[in-house]
Amino acid sequence: MLEIEIDGKKLTVPGGSTVMDAANSVGVHIPHFCYHKKLSIAANCRMCLVQVEKAPKPLPACATPVTDGMKVYTHSDMAVKAQKGVMEFLLINHPLDCPICDQGGECQLQDLAVGYGQSSSRYEEEKRVVPNKNLGPLISTDMTRCIHCSRCVRFTEEIAGYQELGMPGRGEHTEVMSFIGKTVNSEISGNVIDLCPVGALTSKPFRYSARTWELSRRKSVSPHDGLGANLVVQVKDHRVKRVLPLENEAINECWLADRDRFSYEALNSEERLTKPLIKQGGVWQEADWQSALEYVANGLKDIVDAHGAGSIAGVATEHATVEELYLLKQLFAGLGSHNVETRLRAADHGLKTAGATWLGQSIVDVATAEAVLVIGSTLRKEQPLLAQRLRQGVKKGLKLSVVNPHADDLLTALAGQVVVRPDQLVEGVLAVVKAVVDAKGVAAPAQIDLSGVEADDAARAIAASFADKEKTAIVLGNVAQQNPRYAELYAAAAALAELTGAKLGVLGAAANSVGAQLVGATGAGNVFAEPKKAYVLLNTEVEFDVGDSLQALRAVQGAAMVVALSSFGSCALEHADVILPVSPFSETSGTFVNMEGKAQSFNGVVRPLGETRPAWKVFRVLGNLLGLENFNFNSSEEVRDIALAGDLAAKLSNALAAPVAVKAQAASGVVRLGEVPIYQADLLTRRAPSLQATVDGAAPQLKANAATLARLGLSIGGQALVKQGQGDAQLAVELDNGLADDVVRVPANHPLTRALGAFVGPVDVTQA
Amino acid sequence: MLTPESLAQIDRELTKYPADQRRSATMSALRIAQVEHRWLSNELIEFVANYIGIPPVAAYEVATFYNMFDRKPVGRHKLTVCTNLPCALSGGADAGKYLQQKLGIGYGETTADGRFTLMEGECMGACGYAPVMLVNNHSMCNHMTPEAIDKKLAELE
Repeated sequence: MLEIEIDGKKLTVPGGSTVMDAANSVGVHIPHFCYHKKLSIAANCRMCLVQVEKAPKPLPACATPVTDGMKVYTHSDMAVKAQKGVMEFLLINHPLDCPICDQGGECQLQDLAVGYGQSSSRYEEEKRVVPNKNLGPLISTDMTRCIHCSRCVRFTEEIAGYQELGMPGRGEHTEVMSFIGKTVNSEISGNVIDLCPVGALTSKPFRYSARTWELSRRKSVSPHDGLGANLVVQVKDHRVKRVLPLENEAINECWLADRDRFSYEALNSEERLTKPLIKQGGVWQEADWQSALEYVANGLKDIVDAHGAGSIAGVATEHATVEELYLLKQLFAGLGSHNVETRLRAADHGLKTAGATWLGQSIVDVATAEAVLVIGSTLRKEQPLLAQRLRQGVKKGLKLSVVNPHADDLLTALAGQVVVRPDQLVEGVLAVVKAVVDAKGVAAPAQIDLSGVEADDAARAIAASFADKEKTAIVLGNVAQQNPRYAELYAAAAALAELTGAKLGVLGAAANSVGAQLVGATGAGNVFAEPKKAYVLLNTEVEFDVGDSLQALRAVQGAAMVVALSSFGSCALEHADVILPVSPFSETSGTFVNMEGKAQSFNGVVRPLGETRPAWKVFRVLGNLLGLENFNFNSSEEVRDIALAGDLAAKLSNALAAPVAVKAQAASGVVRLGEVPIYQADLLTRRAPSLQATVDGAAPQLKANAATLARLGLSIGGQALVKQGQGDAQLAVELDNGLADDVVRVPANHPLTRALGAFVGPVDVTQA
Repeated sequence: MLTPESLAQIDRELTKYPADQRRSATMSALRIAQVEHRWLSNELIEFVANYIGIPPVAAYEVATFYNMFDRKPVGRHKLTVCTNLPCALSGGADAGKYLQQKLGIGYGETTADGRFTLMEGECMGACGYAPVMLVNNHSMCNHMTPEAIDKKLAELE
């Protein structure tokens, strides 16, 4: 610990701190642009110059390490003179037209110019003009305003993992740009908008649509991935205008994934429903809530009376709130049915655990572990911010390894990588188990049959990365959870965790994956395998939210009654009988339980659009209409307190309820690797035009390695016809040499591929 | 895009740095690529970046920073005349003028037959041998009087 003095305040700081760190710790503000606590030190804006006793000239606070007995003056004449000088230089080339700049009012340069700038400029020569760049559909540029702080460049390199932006040129000719003709394609690219201290990089969807001081700021929680990123939703005239991160070091730090940030576009979509609709004689008629709800209540009652309680099913996604899912479950329980399911993309419902599956630890714990094995996950697209966190962990010594059906780049160093066929994920994990068993000289756990399993170098590398480590984790991603042998895969991972002493975790696919389990809105299995007479769909698009979408669509089309509670018209116009317009997350209060088991409640940020109602209220009224008991809730908080009553932590458990036998199997033939594209994951991202316009939102391609393409007679850039079950799809062909032989990667739940069946299974592929 | 010989040279440069710091070889690799192609197209810069394993924009930053990297096509022989003060006072400016007159081009231009490109250069650290001229970035010619220039031009095909 070093003793120093800043502006006369004495303090002790750890060795290695910078003057900026020390000043921040005592609440002394030093003006700065290029310094950012999450990025490396650049010291190129020079705004943070301070006076240090015995130093002959001002020193940059962000890059000056503290020494014992140092005396720093941040607002002395010398410091302020230096800061004012820097500001004058920065303003030489920066346009002085704040009123027409989109950053006006939230610009660090504008703010600091008030404190350190002159009232007029001495500079009379021509200012520098820099052409704008096309960085894609999310980031708008005004490059003349750039002050070369390089935060955006450092962000892409250090946080996003791949340097998409650079500063070519020299001196006055330096410009921030991507490589010629390329856009910024990172799944967390929107953060550069927040990082940019000036108006050079701004939000394209939000551009010129509101001023920062016109917006109300309201807290919310992201409804997308299982992280539960904290949001500041900015609102004007009862419309969501913009979404920014709310800093929460334990969850999203100061970042947001692009889908958290830009999916709000869907909330103002033309497709939003505002009135209940009833289909009469094949024609949609607007109805009032009372008659629509009575229609639904009577319809459900009639079907239950005629065909029994087993003939109805409730379907929701894990993006619904705790309150909604609890009341949906209670409604069905009241009707005598347990057919409520939220794990719609699962192919194997056989796994039984002692409690709700969760991360098994906190997000911070995973990121600070010594070794982490990720099984079956396209992590960057499934959990963009967790991938980012693990990337930072690797820099601090974390050994990250993967067992995956592809070799997608995590943009960080891997300690081991096992690539297998998607139907051989279990065998991939067993190879690691075998490597650990061999290395430790212990017996394999009972139920795990290692006959015929060989550990290759990759598996041994993963085993080695776990050796002699204390804090380790094994986590299962979406690809694993959607695998047709999930129960076996889980059991193999559990065995590996037991052998290595690692904590087993499940990466919640959606914002409320853990919450859905806690309230019991799962367990019915595949409710479409045996078609039911009636379906109640809560914000679910069967073509896009269900694993075997063709089967689901058939079941729903054949049902006598389909009630769709939906925020958007297009969800169910074709097959529903009644559509009840319900609020998206921005218009209702609710709770999401994130992957680390943390319940985060939020309020509606805007009032419900038109006659839209929060779904929990709809279920409450339906319960009352059906005469069910315990449906008299006055607020969502009352619902939550009952739904999540008791000790939450005690209900989380990744322990297997019963042993699952695991044995290696052989697999052959062409197999599909189906995954949900990042911007098809939920109904909001599907309706966000800017996200759809990104590279990640582009039409899916069929990918396979060179040998497989050759064997199937496909050429790169050509078209392929994919047949699976009774459906087919035509896709462009692309090379992906990270795949195993005979694996064709065909994204799922996309308009182009919705006619196909299971995510993982045999497919016929021919040249189209 | 590069011959096996050039790639072998780049490989040799890469061995000079730790395996996780391949980026360090960017300047050398671009130099080798430019020797082969005479100038660095965006495609060539991207190729070199991919070969080293760094983002293309990182190589582009280097290529745009140093003025001895040519990002536009140049003639078969690039002549760079130093016109900084010591050279200029010792005949550098005259050498430049003589070359302009003789080749019929100005600084930054290429002769119609694609044989010569004339550039104005910065100090090459050889003021005692002024006027100095650099041929194709690699060979430095001293005392470039008009006679010496004539002789040199005749040697260059």
